[in-house]
Amino acid sequence: MAETDFDIKYVANLARIALTPDEEAKLGAQLGDILGYIKQLEELDVTDVEPMAHAVPLANVLRADEVRPSIPQEAALANAPKQTNGLFIVPKIVE
Amino acid sequence: MEYETVIGLETHVQLKTKSKMFCGCVNQFGSEPNTNVCPVCLGMPGVLPVPNERAMQLTALAGYLLNCEVPGFAKFDRKNYFYPDASKDYQITQFDFPSTTTGHVDFEFGGGIERVRITRAHIEEDVGKSSHFAQHSGVDFNRAGVPLLEIVSEPDLRSADMAYEYLNALKEILIYGGISDCDMEKGMVRCDVNISVRPRGAEELGVKVEIKNMNTFSGMRRAINYEVPRQIETLERGGTLVQETRRWDDIAGITESMRTKEQAHDYRYFPEPDIMPLKPSESWLSEVRSHIVELPLARKQRFVLDYGIPAQDADVFVGNVPLGGFFEQAVSGAKNAKAIANWVINNLQARIVETGTTVDELKFEPAAIRELVGIIDAGTISNKGGQEVFSELFENGGAPEEIVEAKGLAQVSDSVELDTWCQAAIDANPGPANDVRNGKDNAINFLKGQVMKASRGKANPQVVGETLAKLLKS
Repeated sequence: MAETDFDIKYVANLARIALTPDEEAKLGAQLGDILGYIKQLEELDVTDVEPMAHAVPLANVLRADEVRPSIPQEAALANAPKQTNGLFIVPKIVE
Repeated sequence: MEYETVIGLETHVQLKTKSKMFCGCVNQFGSEPNTNVCPVCLGMPGVLPVPNERAMQLTALAGYLLNCEVPGFAKFDRKNYFYPDASKDYQITQFDFPSTTTGHVDFEFGGGIERVRITRAHIEEDVGKSSHFAQHSGVDFNRAGVPLLEIVSEPDLRSADMAYEYLNALKEILIYGGISDCDMEKGMVRCDVNISVRPRGAEELGVKVEIKNMNTFSGMRRAINYEVPRQIETLERGGTLVQETRRWDDIAGITESMRTKEQAHDYRYFPEPDIMPLKPSESWLSEVRSHIVELPLARKQRFVLDYGIPAQDADVFVGNVPLGGFFEQAVSGAKNAKAIANWVINNLQARIVETGTTVDELKFEPAAIRELVGIIDAGTISNKGGQEVFSELFENGGAPEEIVEAKGLAQVSDSVELDTWCQAAIDANPGPANDVRNGKDNAINFLKGQVMKASRGKANPQVVGETLAKLLKS
Protein backbone atom coordinates (compact mmCIF):
# COMPACT_ATOMS: atom_id res chain seq x y z
CA MET A 1 0.00 0.00 0.00
CA ALA A 2 2.97 2.27 -0.57
CA GLU A 3 2.02 5.81 -1.50
CA THR A 4 4.56 7.25 -3.91
CA ASP A 5 3.09 10.66 -4.57
CA PHE A 6 6.19 12.42 -3.24
CA ASP A 7 9.83 12.81 -4.13
CA ILE A 8 12.02 11.23 -1.44
CA LYS A 9 15.10 13.12 -2.69
CA TYR A 10 13.25 16.42 -2.38
CA VAL A 11 12.00 15.58 1.11
CA ALA A 12 15.49 14.50 2.20
CA ASN A 13 16.94 17.75 0.91
CA LEU A 14 14.32 19.81 2.78
CA ALA A 15 15.35 18.02 5.97
CA ARG A 16 19.05 18.43 5.06
CA ILE A 17 19.59 14.66 5.28
CA ALA A 18 21.99 12.88 2.90
CA LEU A 19 20.60 9.47 1.90
CA THR A 20 22.27 6.59 0.05
CA PRO A 21 20.19 4.98 -2.75
CA ASP A 22 19.47 2.03 -0.40
CA GLU A 23 18.22 4.39 2.33
CA GLU A 24 16.15 6.28 -0.20
CA ALA A 25 14.37 3.08 -1.17
CA LYS A 26 13.86 1.95 2.43
CA LEU A 27 12.76 5.30 3.89
CA GLY A 28 10.70 6.12 0.81
CA ALA A 29 8.71 2.92 1.28
CA GLN A 30 8.27 3.56 5.02
CA LEU A 31 7.13 7.14 4.48
CA GLY A 32 4.79 5.90 1.78
CA ASP A 33 3.24 3.45 4.24
CA ILE A 34 2.72 6.21 6.79
CA LEU A 35 1.03 8.41 4.20
CA GLY A 36 -1.09 5.40 3.28
CA TYR A 37 -2.33 5.04 6.86
CA ILE A 38 -3.20 8.71 6.97
CA LYS A 39 -4.97 8.35 3.66
CA GLN A 40 -7.39 5.95 5.35
CA LEU A 41 -8.60 8.86 7.48
CA GLU A 42 -9.92 10.50 4.34
CA GLU A 43 -12.52 7.78 4.14
CA LEU A 44 -14.25 9.18 7.21
CA ASP A 45 -17.16 11.52 6.73
CA VAL A 46 -16.24 14.73 8.60
CA THR A 47 -18.74 17.11 7.00
CA ASP A 48 -20.28 17.93 10.39
CA VAL A 49 -16.98 18.27 12.26
CA GLU A 50 -15.49 21.73 12.79
CA PRO A 51 -11.80 21.96 11.87
CA MET A 52 -9.68 22.32 15.01
CA ALA A 53 -6.33 24.05 15.48
CA HIS A 54 -5.40 21.94 18.45
CA ALA A 55 -6.44 18.67 20.08
CA VAL A 56 -6.80 20.33 23.48
CA PRO A 57 -9.90 22.56 23.73
CA LEU A 58 -8.10 25.60 25.14
CA ALA A 59 -7.57 29.10 23.71
CA ASN A 60 -5.83 32.34 24.69
CA VAL A 61 -3.09 30.80 26.79
CA LEU A 62 -0.97 33.91 27.15
CA ARG A 63 1.62 35.29 29.55
CA ALA A 64 1.92 38.79 31.01
CA ASP A 65 4.59 41.03 29.47
CA GLU A 66 7.06 40.63 32.31
CA VAL A 67 10.82 40.36 32.05
CA ARG A 68 12.41 37.31 33.63
CA PRO A 69 16.13 36.71 34.02
CA SER A 70 17.96 35.32 31.01
CA ILE A 71 20.70 32.72 31.30
CA PRO A 72 24.37 33.74 31.48
CA GLN A 73 26.26 34.05 28.22
CA GLU A 74 28.57 31.15 29.19
CA ALA A 75 25.55 28.90 29.65
CA ALA A 76 24.01 30.03 26.37
CA LEU A 77 27.22 29.21 24.52
CA ALA A 78 28.10 26.08 26.50
CA ASN A 79 27.15 23.67 23.71
CA ALA A 80 28.33 25.82 20.82
CA PRO A 81 30.89 23.92 18.73
CA LYS A 82 32.64 27.23 18.20
CA GLN A 83 32.36 30.65 19.79
CA THR A 84 34.15 34.00 19.59
CA ASN A 85 33.43 37.22 21.49
CA GLY A 86 30.15 35.89 22.78
CA LEU A 87 28.88 34.87 19.33
CA PHE A 88 27.92 31.43 18.03
CA ILE A 89 30.37 30.77 15.21
CA VAL A 90 28.85 29.05 12.18
CA PRO A 91 30.00 28.34 8.61
CA LYS A 92 29.83 31.51 6.56
CA ILE A 93 26.43 31.66 4.94
CA VAL A 94 25.60 34.77 3.02
CA GLU A 95 22.41 34.52 1.05
CA MET B 1 5.93 51.61 -24.82
CA GLU B 2 4.91 53.24 -21.60
CA TYR B 3 5.18 51.17 -18.44
CA GLU B 4 3.49 51.26 -15.09
CA THR B 5 5.32 50.33 -11.89
CA VAL B 6 3.52 48.12 -9.39
CA ILE B 7 4.89 47.85 -5.85
CA GLY B 8 3.75 46.04 -2.72
CA LEU B 9 5.56 46.14 0.60
CA GLU B 10 5.97 43.70 3.46
CA THR B 11 7.00 45.79 6.41
CA HIS B 12 8.39 44.24 9.58
CA VAL B 13 8.15 46.29 12.75
CA GLN B 14 9.40 45.38 16.22
CA LEU B 15 6.72 45.81 18.85
CA LYS B 16 7.21 47.94 21.94
CA THR B 17 7.07 45.29 24.67
CA LYS B 18 9.21 44.79 27.75
CA SER B 19 9.83 41.11 27.11
CA LYS B 20 10.14 38.90 24.03
CA MET B 21 7.26 37.23 22.17
CA PHE B 22 7.40 33.74 23.66
CA CYS B 23 9.70 34.03 26.69
CA GLY B 24 10.58 36.45 29.48
CA CYS B 25 13.92 37.63 28.08
CA VAL B 26 14.17 41.40 27.85
CA ASN B 27 13.30 43.02 24.50
CA GLN B 28 16.29 45.34 24.40
CA PHE B 29 18.72 46.57 21.77
CA GLY B 30 22.44 46.99 22.30
CA SER B 31 23.23 44.39 24.98
CA GLU B 32 26.33 42.19 24.95
CA PRO B 33 25.79 39.35 22.45
CA ASN B 34 23.79 36.34 23.66
CA THR B 35 23.00 37.79 27.07
CA ASN B 36 19.22 38.32 26.55
CA VAL B 37 18.61 34.65 25.76
CA CYS B 38 17.10 31.58 27.37
CA PRO B 39 16.30 27.99 26.37
CA VAL B 40 13.05 29.13 24.67
CA CYS B 41 14.53 31.73 22.32
CA LEU B 42 17.65 29.61 21.77
CA GLY B 43 15.37 26.85 20.49
CA MET B 44 16.39 24.17 22.99
CA PRO B 45 14.40 20.93 22.82
CA GLY B 46 11.46 20.52 25.17
CA VAL B 47 10.77 24.18 25.89
CA LEU B 48 7.29 25.70 25.81
CA PRO B 49 6.78 29.07 24.09
CA VAL B 50 3.90 31.15 25.55
CA PRO B 51 2.68 34.25 23.65
CA ASN B 52 3.11 37.66 25.23
CA GLU B 53 -0.34 39.17 25.87
CA ARG B 54 0.91 42.74 25.44
CA ALA B 55 2.24 41.83 21.98
CA MET B 56 -1.18 40.41 21.08
CA GLN B 57 -2.87 43.60 22.29
CA LEU B 58 -0.47 45.75 20.25
CA THR B 59 -1.11 43.57 17.20
CA ALA B 60 -4.88 44.02 17.52
CA LEU B 61 -4.44 47.76 18.17
CA ALA B 62 -2.21 48.08 15.09
CA GLY B 63 -4.96 46.27 13.17
CA TYR B 64 -7.54 48.83 14.26
CA LEU B 65 -5.23 51.75 13.43
CA LEU B 66 -4.70 50.27 9.95
CA ASN B 67 -8.47 49.91 9.50
CA CYS B 68 -8.18 46.12 9.57
CA GLU B 69 -10.60 43.49 10.72
CA VAL B 70 -9.60 41.63 13.88
CA PRO B 71 -11.07 38.13 13.47
CA GLY B 72 -12.46 36.11 16.35
CA PHE B 73 -10.06 33.29 15.59
CA ALA B 74 -6.32 33.30 14.90
CA LYS B 75 -3.50 30.82 15.35
CA PHE B 76 0.25 30.37 15.12
CA ASP B 77 2.13 28.28 12.56
CA ARG B 78 5.66 27.09 11.99
CA LYS B 79 7.55 28.30 8.94
CA ASN B 80 10.37 25.83 8.35
CA TYR B 81 13.75 26.74 6.93
CA PHE B 82 17.41 26.30 7.71
CA TYR B 83 19.43 29.41 8.34
CA PRO B 84 21.88 30.09 11.17
CA ASP B 85 19.89 33.04 12.55
CA ALA B 86 16.81 30.83 13.14
CA SER B 87 17.60 28.95 16.33
CA LYS B 88 14.81 26.36 16.03
CA ASP B 89 15.10 25.81 12.26
CA TYR B 90 11.63 27.27 12.06
CA GLN B 91 10.04 30.63 12.79
CA ILE B 92 6.79 30.91 14.71
CA THR B 93 4.47 33.07 12.61
CA GLN B 94 0.84 33.20 11.48
CA PHE B 95 -0.05 31.62 8.15
CA ASP B 96 -3.70 31.05 7.23
CA PHE B 97 -5.42 32.64 10.25
CA PRO B 98 -3.59 35.90 11.00
CA SER B 99 -4.61 38.20 13.85
CA THR B 100 -5.67 41.05 11.53
CA THR B 101 -6.79 41.23 7.88
CA THR B 102 -7.98 43.58 5.11
CA GLY B 103 -7.38 47.20 6.06
CA HIS B 104 -5.98 50.34 4.48
CA VAL B 105 -3.69 53.30 5.10
CA ASP B 106 -4.50 56.79 3.81
CA PHE B 107 -1.61 59.20 3.37
CA GLU B 108 -0.69 62.43 1.65
CA PHE B 109 1.11 62.11 -1.65
CA GLY B 110 1.51 64.33 -4.69
CA GLY B 111 -0.82 66.97 -3.34
CA GLY B 112 -3.68 64.56 -2.63
CA ILE B 113 -4.66 61.68 -0.40
CA GLU B 114 -3.71 58.15 -1.52
CA ARG B 115 -4.99 54.87 -0.15
CA VAL B 116 -2.96 51.67 0.07
CA ARG B 117 -4.86 48.52 0.98
CA ILE B 118 -3.44 46.30 3.71
CA THR B 119 -3.75 42.57 3.06
CA ARG B 120 -2.95 41.58 6.62
CA ALA B 121 -0.82 42.40 9.64
CA HIS B 122 0.31 39.30 11.51
CA ILE B 123 2.53 38.63 14.48
CA GLU B 124 5.72 36.57 14.36
CA GLU B 125 9.10 36.37 16.05
CA ASP B 126 12.26 38.11 14.94
CA VAL B 127 15.37 36.06 14.20
CA GLY B 128 18.93 36.42 15.50
CA LYS B 129 21.49 38.77 14.01
CA SER B 130 24.43 37.49 11.95
CA SER B 131 27.74 39.23 11.47
CA HIS B 132 29.94 38.00 8.68
CA PHE B 133 33.68 37.52 8.97
CA ALA B 134 36.30 36.35 6.47
CA GLN B 135 35.83 32.60 7.03
CA HIS B 136 32.84 32.37 9.35
CA SER B 137 29.68 34.05 10.50
CA GLY B 138 28.81 34.89 14.11
CA VAL B 139 25.27 34.78 15.46
CA ASP B 140 23.78 36.80 18.31
CA PHE B 141 20.34 35.59 19.45
CA ASN B 142 19.44 38.64 21.57
CA ARG B 143 17.02 39.71 18.81
CA ALA B 144 15.63 36.19 18.32
CA GLY B 145 12.09 36.04 19.64
CA VAL B 146 11.47 39.79 19.71
CA PRO B 147 7.83 40.34 18.66
CA LEU B 148 7.62 41.40 15.04
CA LEU B 149 4.53 42.68 13.26
CA GLU B 150 4.54 41.97 9.53
CA ILE B 151 2.32 44.41 7.64
CA VAL B 152 1.60 43.23 4.09
CA SER B 153 0.29 45.76 1.58
CA GLU B 154 -1.59 45.09 -1.63
CA PRO B 155 0.34 46.04 -4.82
CA ASP B 156 -1.17 49.54 -4.76
CA LEU B 157 2.02 51.61 -4.86
CA ARG B 158 3.05 53.13 -8.18
CA SER B 159 6.46 54.72 -7.59
CA ALA B 160 9.48 54.81 -5.32
CA ASP B 161 8.39 58.16 -3.89
CA MET B 162 4.91 56.87 -3.19
CA ALA B 163 6.34 53.81 -1.41
CA TYR B 164 8.57 56.15 0.60
CA GLU B 165 5.63 58.30 1.70
CA TYR B 166 3.56 55.22 2.53
CA LEU B 167 6.33 53.95 4.79
CA ASN B 168 6.61 57.32 6.51
CA ALA B 169 2.86 57.40 7.09
CA LEU B 170 2.89 53.83 8.39
CA LYS B 171 5.74 54.64 10.74
CA GLU B 172 3.97 57.74 12.05
CA ILE B 173 0.77 55.76 12.71
CA LEU B 174 2.67 53.05 14.60
CA ILE B 175 4.55 55.58 16.70
CA TYR B 176 1.27 57.43 17.43
CA GLY B 177 -0.38 54.24 18.62
CA GLY B 178 2.58 53.29 20.82
CA ILE B 179 2.88 50.09 18.77
CA SER B 180 6.58 50.54 18.01
CA ASP B 181 9.28 53.17 18.44
CA CYS B 182 10.19 52.52 14.77
CA ASP B 183 13.83 53.43 15.51
CA MET B 184 15.57 52.81 12.19
CA GLU B 185 19.02 53.03 13.79
CA LYS B 186 18.10 50.06 15.95
CA GLY B 187 16.73 48.09 13.02
CA MET B 188 13.15 48.24 14.32
CA VAL B 189 11.68 48.66 10.82
CA ARG B 190 12.71 46.53 7.84
CA CYS B 191 10.90 45.80 4.63
CA ASP B 192 10.74 43.50 1.65
CA VAL B 193 9.73 45.16 -1.61
CA ASN B 194 7.82 43.41 -4.40
CA ILE B 195 8.26 45.18 -7.72
CA SER B 196 6.95 44.52 -11.21
CA VAL B 197 6.29 46.58 -14.32
CA ARG B 198 3.55 46.20 -16.93
CA PRO B 199 2.48 48.06 -20.04
CA ARG B 200 0.31 50.97 -18.95
CA GLY B 201 -3.34 49.98 -19.05
CA ALA B 202 -2.64 46.24 -18.72
CA GLU B 203 -4.73 44.31 -16.21
CA GLU B 204 -2.32 41.46 -15.60
CA LEU B 205 0.64 41.96 -13.28
CA GLY B 206 4.17 41.67 -14.62
CA VAL B 207 6.80 39.23 -13.35
CA LYS B 208 7.50 40.01 -9.72
CA VAL B 209 10.92 40.65 -8.22
CA GLU B 210 11.32 40.73 -4.47
CA ILE B 211 14.05 42.79 -2.85
CA LYS B 212 14.72 41.49 0.64
CA ASN B 213 15.54 43.12 3.92
CA MET B 214 15.72 46.86 3.23
CA ASN B 215 16.54 48.61 6.48
CA THR B 216 16.36 52.25 5.48
CA PHE B 217 13.55 54.08 3.71
CA SER B 218 15.98 55.97 1.49
CA GLY B 219 17.74 52.70 0.56
CA MET B 220 14.37 51.27 -0.42
CA ARG B 221 13.65 54.27 -2.60
CA ARG B 222 17.03 53.96 -4.33
CA ALA B 223 16.55 50.22 -4.81
CA ILE B 224 13.19 50.76 -6.53
CA ASN B 225 14.64 53.54 -8.66
CA TYR B 226 17.35 51.09 -9.78
CA GLU B 227 15.09 48.08 -10.21
CA VAL B 228 12.29 49.65 -12.27
CA PRO B 229 14.46 50.84 -15.19
CA ARG B 230 16.33 47.51 -15.07
CA GLN B 231 13.08 45.63 -15.59
CA ILE B 232 11.84 48.00 -18.30
CA GLU B 233 15.17 47.86 -20.17
CA THR B 234 15.14 44.05 -20.04
CA LEU B 235 11.66 43.99 -21.58
CA GLU B 236 12.54 46.66 -24.15
CA ARG B 237 15.54 44.62 -25.28
CA GLY B 238 13.17 41.74 -25.87
CA GLY B 239 14.43 39.86 -22.82
CA THR B 240 12.29 38.06 -20.27
CA LEU B 241 12.14 38.67 -16.54
CA VAL B 242 12.20 35.76 -14.12
CA GLN B 243 10.45 35.71 -10.79
CA GLU B 244 13.30 36.01 -8.33
CA THR B 245 14.53 37.37 -5.05
CA ARG B 246 17.19 40.05 -5.30
CA ARG B 247 19.48 41.74 -2.82
CA TRP B 248 20.14 45.50 -2.71
CA ASP B 249 23.81 46.43 -2.53
CA ASP B 250 23.69 49.86 -0.96
CA ILE B 251 27.33 50.68 -1.69
CA ALA B 252 27.33 49.64 -5.34
CA GLY B 253 23.78 50.97 -5.74
CA ILE B 254 22.54 47.88 -7.60
CA THR B 255 20.31 44.86 -7.04
CA GLU B 256 21.65 41.33 -7.63
CA SER B 257 19.93 37.99 -7.89
CA MET B 258 19.77 35.80 -4.74
CA ARG B 259 17.53 33.00 -5.95
CA THR B 260 14.94 32.31 -8.62
CA LYS B 261 11.49 30.81 -8.33
CA GLU B 262 12.86 27.30 -8.96
CA GLN B 263 15.12 27.67 -5.94
CA ALA B 264 12.40 29.30 -3.84
CA HIS B 265 12.01 28.04 -0.29
CA ASP B 266 9.40 25.43 0.51
CA TYR B 267 8.47 26.52 4.00
CA ARG B 268 6.12 23.60 4.80
CA TYR B 269 3.91 25.70 7.09
CA PHE B 270 1.99 23.70 9.67
CA PRO B 271 0.07 24.62 12.84
CA GLU B 272 2.31 25.32 15.85
CA PRO B 273 1.38 22.47 18.21
CA ASP B 274 2.85 24.13 21.32
CA ILE B 275 0.60 27.20 21.25
CA MET B 276 -3.15 27.29 21.73
CA PRO B 277 -5.25 29.24 19.23
CA LEU B 278 -6.40 32.79 19.88
CA LYS B 279 -10.06 33.65 20.34
CA PRO B 280 -10.12 37.29 21.41
CA SER B 281 -13.23 37.98 23.50
CA GLU B 282 -15.38 41.07 23.00
CA SER B 283 -14.26 42.51 26.36
CA TRP B 284 -10.59 41.90 25.53
CA LEU B 285 -11.03 43.64 22.17
CA SER B 286 -12.98 46.50 23.66
CA GLU B 287 -10.11 47.13 26.11
CA VAL B 288 -7.76 47.24 23.10
CA ARG B 289 -10.12 49.62 21.28
CA SER B 290 -10.00 52.03 24.23
CA HIS B 291 -6.38 52.72 23.18
CA ILE B 292 -7.24 53.74 19.61
CA VAL B 293 -5.74 57.17 18.94
CA GLU B 294 -6.53 59.81 16.34
CA LEU B 295 -4.41 59.10 13.27
CA PRO B 296 -1.84 61.68 12.14
CA LEU B 297 -3.62 62.50 8.86
CA ALA B 298 -7.01 62.86 10.59
CA ARG B 299 -5.40 65.12 13.18
CA LYS B 300 -3.88 67.31 10.51
CA GLN B 301 -7.16 67.62 8.63
CA ARG B 302 -9.02 68.42 11.84
CA PHE B 303 -6.56 71.16 12.84
CA VAL B 304 -6.80 72.80 9.42
CA LEU B 305 -10.61 72.57 9.26
CA ASP B 306 -11.57 73.31 12.85
CA TYR B 307 -9.06 76.06 13.60
CA GLY B 308 -8.42 77.46 10.14
CA ILE B 309 -4.64 77.32 10.54
CA PRO B 310 -2.26 76.70 7.60
CA ALA B 311 -1.26 73.10 6.74
CA GLN B 312 2.37 73.76 7.76
CA ASP B 313 1.24 74.81 11.24
CA ALA B 314 -0.95 71.71 11.48
CA ASP B 315 2.07 69.58 10.50
CA VAL B 316 3.96 70.97 13.50
CA PHE B 317 1.10 69.94 15.80
CA VAL B 318 0.96 66.48 14.21
CA GLY B 319 4.71 66.02 14.66
CA ASN B 320 4.65 67.33 18.23
CA VAL B 321 1.57 65.94 19.96
CA PRO B 322 2.02 67.64 23.37
CA LEU B 323 2.51 71.01 21.66
CA GLY B 324 -0.63 70.37 19.60
CA GLY B 325 -2.53 69.54 22.78
CA PHE B 326 -1.34 72.80 24.33
CA PHE B 327 -2.46 74.71 21.23
CA GLU B 328 -5.91 73.09 21.36
CA GLN B 329 -6.39 74.21 24.94
CA ALA B 330 -5.07 77.70 24.20
CA VAL B 331 -7.27 78.17 21.14
CA SER B 332 -10.49 77.04 22.81
CA GLY B 333 -12.96 79.94 22.60
CA ALA B 334 -10.40 82.28 20.96
CA LYS B 335 -11.04 84.50 17.93
CA ASN B 336 -7.56 84.59 16.46
CA ALA B 337 -6.43 80.95 16.09
CA LYS B 338 -3.70 81.84 13.59
CA ALA B 339 -2.07 84.28 16.03
CA ILE B 340 -2.22 81.70 18.81
CA ALA B 341 -0.64 79.10 16.50
CA ASN B 342 2.12 81.62 15.70
CA TRP B 343 2.88 82.25 19.37
CA VAL B 344 2.85 78.54 20.20
CA ILE B 345 5.05 77.56 17.24
CA ASN B 346 7.41 80.55 16.94
CA ASN B 347 7.82 81.53 20.57
CA LEU B 348 6.78 78.69 22.84
CA GLN B 349 8.28 75.86 20.79
CA ALA B 350 11.52 77.80 20.36
CA ARG B 351 11.85 78.41 24.11
CA ILE B 352 10.98 74.80 24.93
CA VAL B 353 13.73 73.56 22.62
CA GLU B 354 16.20 76.17 23.84
CA THR B 355 15.65 75.38 27.53
CA GLY B 356 15.17 71.64 27.14
CA THR B 357 11.87 71.63 29.03
CA THR B 358 8.62 69.88 28.13
CA VAL B 359 5.07 71.12 27.64
CA ASP B 360 4.08 69.40 30.90
CA GLU B 361 6.62 71.44 32.88
CA LEU B 362 5.40 74.86 31.73
CA LYS B 363 4.75 77.45 34.45
CA PHE B 364 1.62 78.86 32.82
CA GLU B 365 -1.68 77.58 31.51
CA PRO B 366 -2.55 77.46 27.79
CA ALA B 367 -5.27 80.07 28.45
CA ALA B 368 -2.48 82.61 29.15
CA ILE B 369 -1.49 82.55 25.45
CA ARG B 370 -5.13 83.17 24.51
CA GLU B 371 -5.23 86.18 26.90
CA LEU B 372 -1.91 87.45 25.57
CA VAL B 373 -3.14 87.40 21.97
CA GLY B 374 -6.38 89.02 23.15
CA ILE B 375 -4.67 92.04 24.71
CA ILE B 376 -2.33 92.48 21.74
CA ASP B 377 -5.29 92.40 19.35
CA ALA B 378 -7.14 94.89 21.55
CA GLY B 379 -4.18 97.28 21.29
CA THR B 380 -3.56 97.19 25.05
CA ILE B 381 0.05 96.24 24.44
CA SER B 382 2.30 96.24 21.37
CA ASN B 383 3.74 93.13 19.81
CA LYS B 384 7.03 94.04 21.38
CA GLY B 385 5.32 94.36 24.77
CA GLY B 386 3.81 90.95 24.06
CA GLN B 387 7.29 89.47 23.76
CA GLU B 388 8.12 90.82 27.21
CA VAL B 389 4.94 89.40 28.68
CA PHE B 390 5.70 86.03 27.07
CA SER B 391 9.24 85.95 28.48
CA GLU B 392 7.90 86.64 31.95
CA LEU B 393 5.22 83.97 31.52
CA PHE B 394 7.75 81.42 30.39
CA GLU B 395 10.24 82.18 33.16
CA ASN B 396 7.98 82.82 36.14
CA GLY B 397 4.39 82.13 35.11
CA GLY B 398 1.57 84.52 36.06
CA ALA B 399 -1.35 86.17 34.31
CA PRO B 400 -0.68 88.33 31.21
CA GLU B 401 -2.80 91.28 32.40
CA GLU B 402 -1.02 91.37 35.76
CA ILE B 403 2.37 91.24 34.03
CA VAL B 404 1.35 94.16 31.80
CA GLU B 405 0.36 96.07 34.93
CA ALA B 406 3.47 95.19 36.93
CA LYS B 407 5.87 96.01 34.09
CA GLY B 408 3.96 99.08 32.94
CA LEU B 409 3.70 97.73 29.40
CA ALA B 410 0.26 99.10 28.57
CA GLN B 411 0.24 101.33 25.51
CA VAL B 412 -0.98 104.86 25.99
CA SER B 413 -3.96 105.53 23.76
CA ASP B 414 -5.31 108.29 25.99
CA SER B 415 -5.86 111.34 23.78
CA VAL B 416 -4.94 114.11 26.27
CA GLU B 417 -1.53 112.60 27.04
CA LEU B 418 -0.88 111.75 23.38
CA ASP B 419 -1.95 115.22 22.23
CA THR B 420 0.61 116.73 24.61
CA TRP B 421 3.47 114.49 23.35
CA CYS B 422 2.55 115.03 19.69
CA GLN B 423 2.26 118.82 20.01
CA ALA B 424 5.65 118.88 21.78
CA ALA B 425 7.22 116.90 18.94
CA ILE B 426 5.74 119.23 16.31
CA ASP B 427 6.92 122.33 18.18
CA ALA B 428 10.44 120.97 18.66
CA ASN B 429 10.82 119.95 15.00
CA PRO B 430 9.37 122.67 12.80
CA GLY B 431 11.28 121.49 9.66
CA PRO B 432 9.79 117.99 9.40
CA ALA B 433 6.43 119.36 10.57
CA ASN B 434 6.42 121.78 7.64
CA ASP B 435 7.48 118.99 5.27
CA VAL B 436 4.39 117.04 6.27
CA ARG B 437 2.22 120.12 5.80
CA ASN B 438 3.75 120.53 2.32
CA GLY B 439 2.74 117.00 1.36
CA LYS B 440 5.86 114.98 2.22
CA ASP B 441 3.94 112.27 4.05
CA ASN B 442 7.05 110.25 4.88
CA ALA B 443 8.30 112.98 7.18
CA ILE B 444 5.58 112.02 9.65
CA ASN B 445 7.61 108.93 10.55
CA PHE B 446 10.35 111.09 12.04
CA LEU B 447 7.82 112.85 14.27
CA LYS B 448 6.27 109.53 15.20
CA GLY B 449 9.69 108.28 16.27
CA GLN B 450 10.13 111.34 18.48
CA VAL B 451 6.80 110.69 20.17
CA MET B 452 7.59 107.03 20.73
CA LYS B 453 10.90 108.07 22.24
CA ALA B 454 9.27 110.61 24.53
CA SER B 455 6.70 108.03 25.64
CA ARG B 456 9.46 105.46 26.16
CA GLY B 457 7.72 103.14 23.72
CA LYS B 458 4.40 103.16 25.50
CA ALA B 459 2.45 105.23 23.02
CA ASN B 460 0.19 103.26 20.72
CA PRO B 461 1.92 103.89 17.36
CA GLN B 462 -1.27 103.76 15.37
CA VAL B 463 -2.98 106.38 17.54
CA VAL B 464 0.20 108.52 17.48
CA GLY B 465 0.09 108.56 13.66
CA GLU B 466 -3.56 109.56 13.67
CA THR B 467 -3.01 112.28 16.29
CA LEU B 468 -0.02 113.81 14.44
CA ALA B 469 -1.96 113.90 11.18
CA LYS B 470 -4.89 115.55 12.92
CA LEU B 471 -2.73 118.23 14.60
CA LEU B 472 -0.70 119.01 11.45
CA LYS B 473 -3.72 119.39 9.25
CA SER B 474 -5.67 121.64 11.57
